[in-house]
Amino acid sequence: MELTGEQAQRWILCFQEKIEKNKAYLSDLDQAIGDGDHGSNMYRGVQAVKEKLNELEDPTTEEVLKTTAMALISKVGGASGPLYGSAFMQMAKTAKETTELPELIQAGLEGIKQRGKAELKDKTMVDAWAPVAEALTNGTFSNDTIDQAVEDTKPLQAKKGRASYVGERSIGALDPGAVSSGYLFTALVEEVLK
Amino acid sequence: MKKIINDASQVVGDMLKGMLLAHDDLIEAIDNTNVVVAKDKPQTVGLVSGGGSGHEPAHAGFVGDGMLRSAVLGEMFTSPTPDQVLEAIKASDTGQGVLLIVKNYTGDVMNFDMAKELAEMEGIEVDSVLVDDDIAVENSTHTAGKRGVAGTVLVHKILGKLARDGHTLQELKQIGDALVQDIHTLGVALSGATVPEVGKPGFTLDEDEMEYGVGIHGEPGYRREQLKSSREISKELVEKLVKEYNLNETKKIGLLVNGLGATPLMELYVFYQDVVNELKNHNVEVVFKKVGNFMTSIDMAGLSLTLIDLEDSSRLDALNAPVHVVSW
Ligand SMILES: Nc1ncnc2c1ncn2[C@@H]1O[C@H](COP(=O)(O)OP(=O)(O)OP(=O)(O)O)[C@@H](O)[C@H]1O
Ligand SMILES: [Mg+2]
Repeated sequence: MELTGEQAQRWILCFQEKIEKNKAYLSDLDQAIGDGDHGSNMYRGVQAVKEKLNELEDPTTEEVLKTTAMALISKVGGASGPLYGSAFMQMAKTAKETTELPELIQAGLEGIKQRGKAELKDKTMVDAWAPVAEALTNGTFSNDTIDQAVEDTKPLQAKKGRASYVGERSIGALDPGAVSSGYLFTALVEEVLK
Repeated sequence: MKKIINDASQVVGDMLKGMLLAHDDLIEAIDNTNVVVAKDKPQTVGLVSGGGSGHEPAHAGFVGDGMLRSAVLGEMFTSPTPDQVLEAIKASDTGQGVLLIVKNYTGDVMNFDMAKELAEMEGIEVDSVLVDDDIAVENSTHTAGKRGVAGTVLVHKILGKLARDGHTLQELKQIGDALVQDIHTLGVALSGATVPEVGKPGFTLDEDEMEYGVGIHGEPGYRREQLKSSREISKELVEKLVKEYNLNETKKIGLLVNGLGATPLMELYVFYQDVVNELKNHNVEVVFKKVGNFMTSIDMAGLSLTLIDLEDSSRLDALNAPVHVVSW
């Protein structure tokens, strides 16, 4: 299925609402195994995204994705800024060729992996993106895909990012970046795939 | 939380304004950014550093002739963004290129990398040196690696002097890469730091507790125990640090005793004399020393000890060279 510019805009604005609503929760998750700023980092980013997206009139899919990338890169900071930024940047590049959703999400995943060098099961946002990209490609995607992927970060020990410093103590906690990525995909379901 | 501030969400900007007013002879800021630049810009490679705020005087206090060309201030304990780092790079380039000095944290590494890519697209030559002096963390493939802490300041000082002497970007990169391998730091915390917007300490220790190996953002250390005397703490830190060096023959070293924010200078000196005594049991000659607050963690109580190999006399000369910055 193709993602139109109008759908992309609604998708990202819905993501913004979810981040806003769960800002404190995301920071709490990060406090447990990181430094407690994932909620405020993402919040800063999506506020800027909202402002920029609302300025666009009838944008193309590429425009929405690129605008989102630039706003996140310039406002989030921390680890998640360059990671989400690279994801949307790669999606924007891909959107020049195709706006097929599975291809776009796959490109986003590649952007994150290139930037952060994390592999599957390192307990990062990659663990949310990879199963979703795969299920979309195979046509097996459902709401469960998201919930399961996010939940599956719990038993993992973090090997990348701040959470890797706490070693085994990261086992049993959800990865905050996977949870925020989960909101991104839930927003996709609600606004585009419903 | 008790702090002398106006608005917890504006602390970084307010601090920057005050700093600029207080030191308008040395530094200025690029409009609409949190980038501090030296007023004096000789035609040499520009050194750029930065990171989250809360580590004052790092890094803005080290901007000026003989150290950094510019510093990028992120939000509290959060890496600055690539566009801000890019502004710093642009302002620091005089045609000889720019060297980034980055503390090893996932966020900083990625944001500075992106800025480097953006600057290269604009035709500016950029390289970077990664500082990872904190031996509290093992350098394994299962973690993000050792963290960059107080030793970073020594890298600023040494490379800053060599840049002023006219070394090329390539030379500075090479010297820097070798240098960071000879700098090792270990810290101890007596209390956690409070980020103003959070309002409570990142971690808590009991009245009689301390923790070895805590990072400058409150990253967990390697052991918590009953508070020990300065003498006992110095013994533990020294013994761990000297293991990082080959001391078969007497080695010339430098020392940096760094306060983490809420520990009085008095205690740093008490600790310093214990360190010097403790080092008598090891095969070292102390040829450089520095005691004070250089890389803090807001209001954390505690300190860190840094050792640096100074067998190479150009390093010692560089450390002793005069500078014109706010906080060396
Ligand atoms: N190398 C990586 N690859 C992919 N995702 C990562 C990587 N490192 C961290 N992450 C993700 O980033 C999330 C943390 O983001 P956050 O906004 O809290 O940044 P941070 O780690 O606190 O940054 P900083 O290092 O500046 O403090 C983690 O939950 C994880 O999902
Ligand atoms: Mg964090």
